[in-house]
Amino acid sequence: MLRFKTSTTIAILVAVAFGMLLAMPNLLSQGQRDALAEATPGFVPSFLVPTQGVVLGLDLQGGSHVLLQVDIAELMRREAQNLRDQVRQALRETRTPLEGGIQMTSRGVQLRVPDAAARAQLMPLLNELEIPVENAVLGQAGNAVEVTEGPDGLITALYTEAGVTERVNRAVAQTIEVLRRRVDALGTTEPNIQRQGEDRVLVQVPGLQDPERLKAILGETAQLEFRFLANPGDSDVEMLPSQDLGGEPVSVERQIIVGGEDLTDAQPAFDPQTNEPVVNFRFNVSGAQRFGEATTRNVGRQLAIVLDDEVISAPRIQSPITGGSGQISGRFSVQEANDLSVLLRAGALPARLTIVEERTVGPGLGADSIRAGVTAAIVGAIAVVAFMIVSYGFFGLLATVSLTVNVILILGLLSALGATLTLPGIAGIVLTIGMAVDSNVLIFERIREEERVGRSAASALDTGFSRALATILDANLTTLIAAAVLFFLGTGPVRGFAVTLSLGIITTVFTAYTLTRLMVATWFRVKRPKKLAV
Amino acid sequence: MWLVRYIPTETKYEFMQWRRWSFPLSALLSVLCVLAFFALGMNFGIDFRGGTLVELQSREGPANLSAIREEANTLGFGQVEVQEFGAPTDVSLRVQLQEARDDLTEEQVQQQVVADLRAAFEDAYEFRRVEVVGPRVSGELVQSGTLGVVFAIFGVLVYLWFRFEWHFAVGAVIATLHDLVLTIGFFAITQIEFNMTSIAAILTILGYSLNDTVVVYDRIRETLRKYKKLTIHQVLDAAINATLSRTILTGVTTFLALIALAILGGEIIKGFAYAMIFGLVVGTYSSVFIAAPILIYLGVRPSSEIADSEAAQAMAAE
Repeated sequence: MLRFKTSTTIAILVAVAFGMLLAMPNLLSQGQRDALAEATPGFVPSFLVPTQGVVLGLDLQGGSHVLLQVDIAELMRREAQNLRDQVRQALRETRTPLEGGIQMTSRGVQLRVPDAAARAQLMPLLNELEIPVENAVLGQAGNAVEVTEGPDGLITALYTEAGVTERVNRAVAQTIEVLRRRVDALGTTEPNIQRQGEDRVLVQVPGLQDPERLKAILGETAQLEFRFLANPGDSDVEMLPSQDLGGEPVSVERQIIVGGEDLTDAQPAFDPQTNEPVVNFRFNVSGAQRFGEATTRNVGRQLAIVLDDEVISAPRIQSPITGGSGQISGRFSVQEANDLSVLLRAGALPARLTIVEERTVGPGLGADSIRAGVTAAIVGAIAVVAFMIVSYGFFGLLATVSLTVNVILILGLLSALGATLTLPGIAGIVLTIGMAVDSNVLIFERIREEERVGRSAASALDTGFSRALATILDANLTTLIAAAVLFFLGTGPVRGFAVTLSLGIITTVFTAYTLTRLMVATWFRVKRPKKLAV
Repeated sequence: MWLVRYIPTETKYEFMQWRRWSFPLSALLSVLCVLAFFALGMNFGIDFRGGTLVELQSREGPANLSAIREEANTLGFGQVEVQEFGAPTDVSLRVQLQEARDDLTEEQVQQQVVADLRAAFEDAYEFRRVEVVGPRVSGELVQSGTLGVVFAIFGVLVYLWFRFEWHFAVGAVIATLHDLVLTIGFFAITQIEFNMTSIAAILTILGYSLNDTVVVYDRIRETLRKYKKLTIHQVLDAAINATLSRTILTGVTTFLALIALAILGGEIIKGFAYAMIFGLVVGTYSSVFIAAPILIYLGVRPSSEIADSEAAQAMAAE
């Protein structure tokens, strides 16, 4: 046990050196890291010049964590409405007589066509609605919509399980895309946007000063529509609340002239006449054409600019707008105009989002937490080290060296893995410090024991290490199992804790057993003591 | 030799005698803890209860708690818990989960709480922390937390079953459950807030306690193999005495690290550290006074470890 092959010795030292190298970037500032990455010649493999430091969790650096839920019920309601429109279209084309209207259900529509001949004509058209869904794992997973013809002429068109899943997946993917564009436009660094579970999106933005603004930007559906204010006596109208017109609900045509999907650009600006903040926008070709035609025919009428079912302004059309660009005014503040143009540029969300969890830590608190955590870690380490040296003398000193290497390795691994260090994570490291000592204590106690029963120094060291190994492995593996379970089942702080604890256990077994043993063996070869001062 | 020895080098305490006291004591404590759990309940944080927590720091001078309390209670969110939080400038406000009302959904009402709190206090106070946990999420957190504990114990059980014998696996799990019950009782009695971090604390306690138990068990197994003539009582006593100095040394070092965390780690870590210190004491106690003696009742005999090889030798002799 005390003899090391040269190759083993080299391997151990290389592992330690490499761990230290991985931890190095934490000593550098971000600017220095960038400079280092810059200065590295191309032929040097990048793992030899690590430039990644430990990523600090939001609880340490400050920032916002917002968990959003996609409103699936609303999404499917909209999809069902689309289905209804398509069915209506088919009915119109075939002039099929209906008994009653089209009934909406939560997943589709129902209608009754008593006439068999009409049904025979209609069904082929409806069957075209059964678009197949691809499933990434299974290939073909069936149709998104199922159209069935029941007894006494009852026809149903419903989204299938696979259809719903596919729509939800698409909506979540689109949501993430839209949110990414919106958050990017806020100009914050390194936002993290990811799907969580089936219908949730997690947005993490470090170091944000104004979480309320972030939430406002995230939550807005941003469905923009240009319509006309209704004339008295029009039939297809709806009442919408207005922001601009004294808050009174106004009557608006249902017909949409141009929607937000035809926008190509939106910029905040100031109206040269009134000096009010406004949003300038630009349509694509087809949007510009439709907008031009509609405004030409309706000079003098009031346009309704509708955002998320609310009329935000209703300018009167003075002259045809054919250039494809226009202006939205609506008594905005500068920031509102700014945010609106961000929303319009980023596009609309496919469904409403609800904030189900929010955690925001101010930058001041984050800095305080780091200070407290680091102070605790240093004081804890000093106390432990002092105690070890008092108890075991020279061997305690060796244990201290391997303890130090242990902490450096944990930091190195955290940096290399890009794992996030959180406050509970620091607690995990402090705990590792406490427990890493256990492995050394186990070894030293064994050595003492073996010496007591009269073994020679060499033999006591040898047996001490080998006997302790089984115990160290058993004890650490049980803790590792618990930590691994935590990692997979836990969320947030628990997870951060599990990461540092697991890494800590691995580095502990390595440093306490292998590294300490190497140091003891080297010392023993040089000194050749007759008795051990353990 | 200037090295400090805390206990005599060779001890011969008769730990097994103590089981007459330790078992009733543990049973009594466990019952008390269960009673405390049901009678007092846990002081669940918003992670599990849902609701809103904000931490404020006064921009100038110490925080005026009574003024904050008065103003917060006029906002119409029911009783708002207002507490000093560490320093006199720091205050934490807790608003319980609001039900859906007017035309706002449950989630939107929670957001309204934050908006109203900001409107009321933003001028004089810095919002250091805002946490809002909706009802759906809090339910899931309870579930995943409980699942975490159950699976962790189960995983450990399976591992020990492989590495030792079933007696040891069962003994370790009983000792672990004992520590779990006592720790939960600790949270109920002290009313330290129980949140996600507390779950991490509990799992660490379980990890530490298992660590301790496994070290003792390892020695018991070794002693069983070595001294086939000893009675089980003698084996257990010998093993515990042999690992005693290690148990104490490790306990003290971990205690030192935790004390540093409790005193210096900041307000949020404090509860975590107290729970850990409690768990450290209980975990060490249980591995010596519960996990080891319970092996007597589970029927571990000096011969059981080597039964197979002896039987094989007997066969060969015939």
